[in-house]
Amino acid sequence: MADGSIGLWTVPLAVFGGAIRVSTPFLFVSLGECITERSGRINLGLEGTLVMGAMSAYGISYLSGSPWLGVLAAGITGALLGALHAGICSLPRVNDIAVGIALMLFGTGLAFYLGKPLIEPTAARLPAIDFGWWSDVPQVRAALRINVLFLIGVALAPILYWAFKTTRWGLLIRTAGESSDAARAMGHSVLAIRLRATMVGGFLSGIGGSFLSLFYPGSWNEGLSSGQGITAVALVIFARWDPMLCLWASLAFGGAAALGPALQSVGVTSGYHLFNAAPYILTLAIMIITCSPKRTLTGAPAELSITR
Amino acid sequence: MEFGRISRRNLLQGGAALTLGSAFGMGAARAADTTIGFIYVGSRDDYGYNQAHAQGAAALKKLPGLKVVEEEKVPETDAVEKTIESMINLDGASLLFPTSFGYYNPHMIKMAKKFPKLRFEHCGGLWSDTDPKNAGSYFGYIDEAQYISGIVAGYSSKSGKIGFVAAKPIPQVLRNINAFALGARLANPKTTCQVIFTGDWSMPVKEAEATNSLIDQGVDVLTCHVDGPKTMVENAARRGAMVCGYHVNQSPLAPKAYLTGAEWNWEALYPKFVKMIAAGEAIPNFYRGGLKEEIVKCSPYGEAVSAEARKHADDVKAKFLSAEGYAVFKGGQLDNKGKTVIPAGTDRGQKDPELEKMDYLVEGVIGATS
Amino acid sequence: MTTETADRAEAAAGVAPAADAGFLQRYGATIEYILIPGAALVGALAVFGMFVALFGKNPLDLYFYMYQGAFGTWFSWQNTLTRAAPLILTALCTALPAQLGMVIIGGEGALLIGALSATSVALAMPWAPPLVVQIAMVCAGVIGGGLWITLSGALRQYRGVNETISSLLLVYIGLAILNHLVEGMMRDPASLNKPSTREIGAANMIGSIPGTDVHWGLVFGLIAAFASYILIYHTVFGFSARVAGGNIRAARIVGLGVNKLILTICFLAGGAAGLAGMVEVAAVQGRTNANLAAGYGFTGILVAFLARHNPLAIIPVAILLGGISASGGLLQRRLGLPDASVLVLQGIIFVFVLASDALYGRIGFLKGKT
Repeated sequence: MADGSIGLWTVPLAVFGGAIRVSTPFLFVSLGECITERSGRINLGLEGTLVMGAMSAYGISYLSGSPWLGVLAAGITGALLGALHAGICSLPRVNDIAVGIALMLFGTGLAFYLGKPLIEPTAARLPAIDFGWWSDVPQVRAALRINVLFLIGVALAPILYWAFKTTRWGLLIRTAGESSDAARAMGHSVLAIRLRATMVGGFLSGIGGSFLSLFYPGSWNEGLSSGQGITAVALVIFARWDPMLCLWASLAFGGAAALGPALQSVGVTSGYHLFNAAPYILTLAIMIITCSPKRTLTGAPAELSITR
Repeated sequence: MEFGRISRRNLLQGGAALTLGSAFGMGAARAADTTIGFIYVGSRDDYGYNQAHAQGAAALKKLPGLKVVEEEKVPETDAVEKTIESMINLDGASLLFPTSFGYYNPHMIKMAKKFPKLRFEHCGGLWSDTDPKNAGSYFGYIDEAQYISGIVAGYSSKSGKIGFVAAKPIPQVLRNINAFALGARLANPKTTCQVIFTGDWSMPVKEAEATNSLIDQGVDVLTCHVDGPKTMVENAARRGAMVCGYHVNQSPLAPKAYLTGAEWNWEALYPKFVKMIAAGEAIPNFYRGGLKEEIVKCSPYGEAVSAEARKHADDVKAKFLSAEGYAVFKGGQLDNKGKTVIPAGTDRGQKDPELEKMDYLVEGVIGATS
Repeated sequence: MTTETADRAEAAAGVAPAADAGFLQRYGATIEYILIPGAALVGALAVFGMFVALFGKNPLDLYFYMYQGAFGTWFSWQNTLTRAAPLILTALCTALPAQLGMVIIGGEGALLIGALSATSVALAMPWAPPLVVQIAMVCAGVIGGGLWITLSGALRQYRGVNETISSLLLVYIGLAILNHLVEGMMRDPASLNKPSTREIGAANMIGSIPGTDVHWGLVFGLIAAFASYILIYHTVFGFSARVAGGNIRAARIVGLGVNKLILTICFLAGGAAGLAGMVEVAAVQGRTNANLAAGYGFTGILVAFLARHNPLAIIPVAILLGGISASGGLLQRRLGLPDASVLVLQGIIFVFVLASDALYGRIGFLKGKT
């Protein structure tokens, strides 16, 4: 490998690197949505939250010079959009799926509207930690330049898993999601629980967006998300509301997104459109294999409008 | 009562422009009070294809007596027909610039037939004798600038591997890839150019992944043909690779890594069109040109470009500008499967229509067209 | 809902004078269905006006241009109706399954597959007279799109796969298939820079409604919407569907074939979107290419939810959204607003209309003062 090429090893390395690089937005959005859906609400608007988060993070990072301030701004923006979703859904007879679609449009539109002057400037970017110092292969080192947000996301998955199982808050959220009557009987306001769960979900999704604009691909433009938010919401149902499965699913999706370009780079050139659709084909295939009409959506919160 | 005033004024303006416009379309020397409509397929601030056109439109706004109306993100469906009609009916536009390839047929052709007295100038299309006479297509031989970029890339690459992030395997893109590769192989005959297609014009994540894959393969100079090169430029520079820009000058994004770039020069062409019309000259229906005609240009060299590279690139640039011109695609060219695609002894000059149908990648390019 | 209506009527009868009571009893619900969305629309426009005022634009100008661009002239009306036509059909793709309690968001995929099927059929029968080709195209479009959504329905019934997700994934898969075929097997070698299938031929195009520029897709949409309304509200089949939508178990108990119901409804829903795809080919593009993925399927979801899945209400809602998108161009050109303002406005309207759902049965004067 005197010429610096690693030949066919590019493909597994790209899938591995892609799993780290591309998965983070999926991970944050799906974990956020996991919390929201466990409380009995579905927020389809996280695509809008993701894009809005990406735009506001980039804008604040550009204006303040601090990318971490940008991440915080993205989280707050996301939480506000979450509060809006929860607020409208708490009105009687309002369909949460429809509100989600509305906020998807609103968030995306607002981000595009406000983001026009941000396309050209370059904002301060989030730093990466070099985990590849041990390797002499530059490709490996590049794949192992990992952003802290990814690590936070990876850590968050088991924490959430544990929190749902053992903490009081986890129990409350699950109760609100399984039976609002039971939560009420315990003396808690279901609406207040769902408000908080949706805001936290929005907060995490906003941070997922900040990763897009401040780390990878690492700039703001209108094609940035290309549906990653809505795919991540789909991932939650695919992952059966289990944070750990959300983590694995996000990693798989990230890796699959890298597959198309990597295969082309080693000479597999025909049908690249089909390879680019690999994440979607894969998800559908896995769902067809793992689902069963007899145990429809095990793990689904009973109060969720799509499962009722 | 501002409300009423505005509406009346606009309607009057619209009507006046329409009548003047009709005269204008027939070749009368009236550039005053002319409304020109620009239609973009993407956002006009995309730091790429659409922004280049918007800069051309901005150059027209500075001229006296011209009013420019713009609409962005118009899809290539009947929506563009309606936008054209709306610009004509409600704004009184008499000269229209639909700037995306997919607008041409059937949409713009249909509108040109419907409004035979107005003038339509389309970017990228291939006007033929069967198309309406009041329609025209213009485009730049930006492969000339890509060729220059390729020369610079060939000198700058240490690994002898350069890369190209492309949207779709269509003639205009293939021609750029080939020109870039041929330029590099002129500088260093051992250079290979690897291409990855992302499948669409604006896919930032795919473009970033393609950039990373290319660099993983040992590529150290990259360029692209997608709508917004920003993603490729920034991600390549972060990994320590050099870049050549596309559409507009992206050097502020990566001043150290930016070598040069192939840019459009619409801000020179559009005022020229308007002056031609004002002088009563007819714009040729099929209008093409390259560096010499000032339709395309090269970005200024970056600091990393060696003196040797500058000299070679400048020499070739001078040949493009000379009266006899310069052929990028010379006789005896093989494609990357070993087939002769241009017979020996017949250089394909830039205006050769065969080049507009390009469906091959030249020798030295790693990749496939399907 | 029925008990609420009864409560309301009772309350009205108890308090208000007899004549009024009779009027309100009969029309109270209808008035609500017009008044509440109307008020929501006005509220949304007010908020949007404030939003643009923040950016220094005059809201009165905004309203004037919106009116002018959408409904102000005969041209504007045609512009609006042209844009509304595909939305009626794609909205049915979400509204019909909603009767069964299913959330299908994959209309875009069915549209693409419908277009692809219709084009294939037309290209396969060059010898046939236009009318035969057109009828075959309608059938192919409906069957292609119908089967695509039936796949989602079948996966739900037989494998327990959530139909919302599967229909969304099928959009991306459908688009990949379309691109793959259009750039490969089905590519017309003459379609240079816009990879497309061969053209179906001018003779096979379905054209416009006489006297207008609006294509026949509008008529197809109106027929489909009325037919759906009759099917859902005035047939045994529709009654069964609504029963099953209310409670699948109850439907099973009374012996309804739920599987058959779901598959049939999914087929009809996908068929409507597939028909929209056929119309885009046969009335607008003349062939299949990536331009067909213009987002009509996604806007259709919005239309369906705003119309509360009522097939008749879809018609005015589609016209409203068509009008907003028609006026979007004028907002860009006259007020210098970015294209995204249309998205913002759609989002605000949608939020207001949804939030207004909470008002039904709670308006004081409609239920009498108690």
